[in-house]
Amino acid sequence: MPLQKNDDAVLSSHNPDGIDRRGFLKCMAWAGTGALCVLEGGVLKSYGIDNASGIQKAAKGELSFVQISDSHMGFNKPANSDVIATLKAAVQKINALPVAPEFILHTGDISHLSKPEEFDTVDQLLKSASTKDVFFVPGEHDVLEDDGKQYLERYGKNTKGAGWYSFDQKGVHLIGLVNVMNLKTGGMGSLGAAQLEWLEDDVRHLSKSTPVIVFAHMPLWNIYPEWGWGTDDSAQALSYLKRFGSVTVLNGHIHQTMQKVEGNVTFHTAASTAFPQPHPGAAASPGPMKVPAEQLRGLLGITDVTYTRKGHALALIDSTLE
Amino acid sequence: MKRNEWILCVTASTLLAAITLSAAERTVAGGPAGVDVKIDNFSFAPAAITVKAGTQITWTNADDIPHTVVSDDRSFKSKVLDTDEKFTLTASQPGTYSYFCSIHPKMTGKVVVE
Repeated sequence: MPLQKNDDAVLSSHNPDGIDRRGFLKCMAWAGTGALCVLEGGVLKSYGIDNASGIQKAAKGELSFVQISDSHMGFNKPANSDVIATLKAAVQKINALPVAPEFILHTGDISHLSKPEEFDTVDQLLKSASTKDVFFVPGEHDVLEDDGKQYLERYGKNTKGAGWYSFDQKGVHLIGLVNVMNLKTGGMGSLGAAQLEWLEDDVRHLSKSTPVIVFAHMPLWNIYPEWGWGTDDSAQALSYLKRFGSVTVLNGHIHQTMQKVEGNVTFHTAASTAFPQPHPGAAASPGPMKVPAEQLRGLLGITDVTYTRKGHALALIDSTLE
Repeated sequence: MKRNEWILCVTASTLLAAITLSAAERTVAGGPAGVDVKIDNFSFAPAAITVKAGTQITWTNADDIPHTVVSDDRSFKSKVLDTDEKFTLTASQPGTYSYFCSIHPKMTGKVVVE
C-alpha cells in the first residue's frame, strides 16, 4: 500500500455530512504524504488513509489512472542530481499500486532543456511501467527553441494546434490543454484564442452529467500570480465547463501538491518526480528547492486518480516516492 | 519596530540607494568593459539599464533553471541560457527596449540606448 499512516491525522472516518473548513484544511495538509480526498456528488469528503473502506472505495473505481509530472530529465543541479533514479522510483510506485491504472498522464516538463536524449530517456523509463498508455501535455521546458516542433513530432499525433486533444474513457471525458506557448511579457500561462474556441466546441456535445477531467501543465487557477503560477485566460476555459456536474482540473508546474474546490470544480496539482519548489512566496524565487537528501523523496510523488460512476465519486490520492 | 532596528533599516536602505546610483552611473558611461546584467532568482538585475550606443551588454544566468532574454518587439532574442550561460549583444540603435524571459514572462527588464 503506498499510503502511510500519519499520527497527526484526525480524519480516521469519513464525515457523512460533507466537510467543514477544518476538515478540508486537514485534507489539504495531508496531500503531501498520502491523503485520500473523495468528491461525491460535488462534495469533498476526507478519509484517513487507515480507513479501509475509503481505500477500498477508491480501489474499486471504474476508471483509475495515474498522474505524474515535471520529470525534468536532464536536470542535474544540487536540488536533485539524479532525476533518473527518482523517475524510476515513481514508476515502481505506479507498478505497486493495488489497482493497475489504465493509463498514465504526464502533465509536462518531461525534459529540462527539450533535448532529444532527455525525451528518449523518459520514454525508455516509462516503458518499465506496467501501464503502457501514456498521455502527455507539454511544459514550457519541452518547447524551448523550436516553438514545440519536436514535442509535436514525438507526442502530437492525433492532437490539434500546439498539441491539445480530448478522449473518452469509461464515460469520462478527458481534455489535454497546452498553456505554455506564446507567453506574453508580464503574463502567466496562456491558452490562446484558437484553443479556447476548440475547447468550447469540444464540450458542446457532451451531456452535463458527463464527468470532465482537464489536464494542463501550468495551473488553470491563480495560485500565485507573482510567480506566474496561473493561466491568463483560464477563466474563459472554465466558463465553458460551468454546466457540468463534475469537473476536475489536474496540473503540474509548481512541484508540490495543492488542492482547491470551487463549486463543481476540483483543482489539483501534482508533485514533481524531480525536485521540489518552495511554497508560494516562501522564498525569493520559485527556483528548485534544495532539501536534505533524506527528505527529497518525501517531497516528490505521483497522484492516483480514481473515478467511480456510482455516486460520481472521484478520488485523488497523492503518494510520495518514499 | 524598536528604535534601534528602525535606524539600522534606514541605514541599510540608504546604502542600497548609494550602490544603485553608482551602478547607474557606471552603466551610463558604458566603456570597453561593457555592462553586465545578472539573471538571478527569476529576475534581471539591474532590471533597467541605460547605455551609450556601441556598448556591449552581457546577461549571465545564475539560476538553476534556464531563462531567455527576448525583446518585446523581437528585435533581439537569446537562445535558451542554461546555468552560467551568457548572452551578449551590442547596443547599436538608440531607443528603449523592453524585454522579458519567454519561459517565465513575469521576468521583465528594460534597456535604454542613448
